[in-house]
Amino acid sequence: MHKYALRFIGVGYLTLLVGVPVALIFWRTFEHGLAPVWESLTDSSVLHAFRVTAIVAFWAVLLNTVFGVGVAILLVRHRFRGRRLLGVLIDLPIAVSPVVVGLALILVYGKFAPLGGWLNDHGIKIIYAYPGMVLATMFVSLPLVVREVAPVLEEIGIEQEQAAWTLGANRVQTFRRVTLPAIRWALTYGVVLTMARSLGEYGAVAVVSGRLIDKTQTATLVVDERFQNFDQSTAYTVSVTLAIVAIMILILINVLRPKEHT
Amino acid sequence: MGIATLWLSLLVLIPLGAVVWRGQRDGVPSFWDAITTPQAAAAIRLTVVCAVLVAVVNAVLGTLIAWVLVRDQFRGKWLLDALIDLPFALPTIVAGLVLLTLYGAHSPVGLELAYTRAGVVVALLFVTLPFVVRSVQPVLLELDVEMEHAAASLGAGNFTIFRRIVFPNLLPAISAGTALSFARAISEFGATVLIAGNLPVASVHIYTQIETDNTVGAAAVATVLLLIALSVLVSLEVLQRWAARHA
Repeated sequence: MHKYALRFIGVGYLTLLVGVPVALIFWRTFEHGLAPVWESLTDSSVLHAFRVTAIVAFWAVLLNTVFGVGVAILLVRHRFRGRRLLGVLIDLPIAVSPVVVGLALILVYGKFAPLGGWLNDHGIKIIYAYPGMVLATMFVSLPLVVREVAPVLEEIGIEQEQAAWTLGANRVQTFRRVTLPAIRWALTYGVVLTMARSLGEYGAVAVVSGRLIDKTQTATLVVDERFQNFDQSTAYTVSVTLAIVAIMILILINVLRPKEHT
Repeated sequence: MGIATLWLSLLVLIPLGAVVWRGQRDGVPSFWDAITTPQAAAAIRLTVVCAVLVAVVNAVLGTLIAWVLVRDQFRGKWLLDALIDLPFALPTIVAGLVLLTLYGAHSPVGLELAYTRAGVVVALLFVTLPFVVRSVQPVLLELDVEMEHAAASLGAGNFTIFRRIVFPNLLPAISAGTALSFARAISEFGATVLIAGNLPVASVHIYTQIETDNTVGAAAVATVLLLIALSVLVSLEVLQRWAARHA
């Protein structure tokens, strides 16, 4: 009897909290047919925003992948002072509010900060421009690649790398032929997670981008702006597009997950 | 290694340090003034109260859902399992909008939670859903059912079995998930910004301060959030070390 009660509570809670709201937004988006959806999607500002999101996500994913693998190797393969501090630092972004991330970057790279002012004098604009948005996105998705790759590196050990080394392979060759194939699934998984986080980032980007329409406005910022300006149709359409991408990423993750352990 | 350190410093360490530095730039008394203005104090209080509530609900219902997903068998369970991860994958602003379609103005179920504390709690419950479920689930899967059978054969009731056998084994996972969902709840911005309206939520308050160029006030409240999040994560780490030693 109480088995059914537990099932009822669990299913009911999930349905009301996640299932129904998500289904409803799909319904609301398509209730007047495809024409308004198409119109919203081909709006030039919306298209521009998707392009900005894609560019920012591309650079954030690329840099975090390179950096993530580097740090994972550093954390697992090297012993040095401050190694645990480095580990804590990597995880810190999880606990920091996206708004605080934005504020932090403004305080260092804004026009009125010493470093930001100096860069600005040399023609490099960080805040209210792409570099700042990439930095913000990288900050919030920092741990994802490292945390996927580090445990796998730990598990495979160093024997194979040492063998390659004694056979005369140099560092690059060892990495490409031995290390990379071993971590490829974990790396792919981490990259996919980073991509999901990068495409969906809102708070940190909202602060550092300045929300300039047709300039630095991203897809998530369009959702907010249109919703506040009572253009619900566009807000819903962009939301649903982002939701569909998120669901596709989830499916991809589920396909990848079992292969992690082979 | 030098590059990694420099990189992390430029991206994480120096900016976060700058926040704390800016927060107390005009001395401790003015830092105190900045976090005790009526709005700032209300924002911190509301956020912490909501986050505690969310953590408690997650601890109970997250464990329950993990239990249902592992021990119960019924058709369509995979769909339920898939739903759990959706809040993580969904952009937070989309999560806020999604909840407003059901619980906002003209709610089809007659529950208008927009601009209320309950609405903020629901939004936070949405984004923190996976934490407890996903940390308890694997532990529950590994848990040996024999112990429970043994307890049952010795006459223990379901509740006693749960309290004496299952719960102690799950406790580390539950507390880890709860702590993470608390940390996430106090820092959430995207999901709450649309639902909160004029309600003072800490991250929305910080955002407004940034927009009005009051970076000192923003940095002061941000410092408080950072300290709370950090102390939760550190005490979790300490607790787990202690538990590992006394297991």
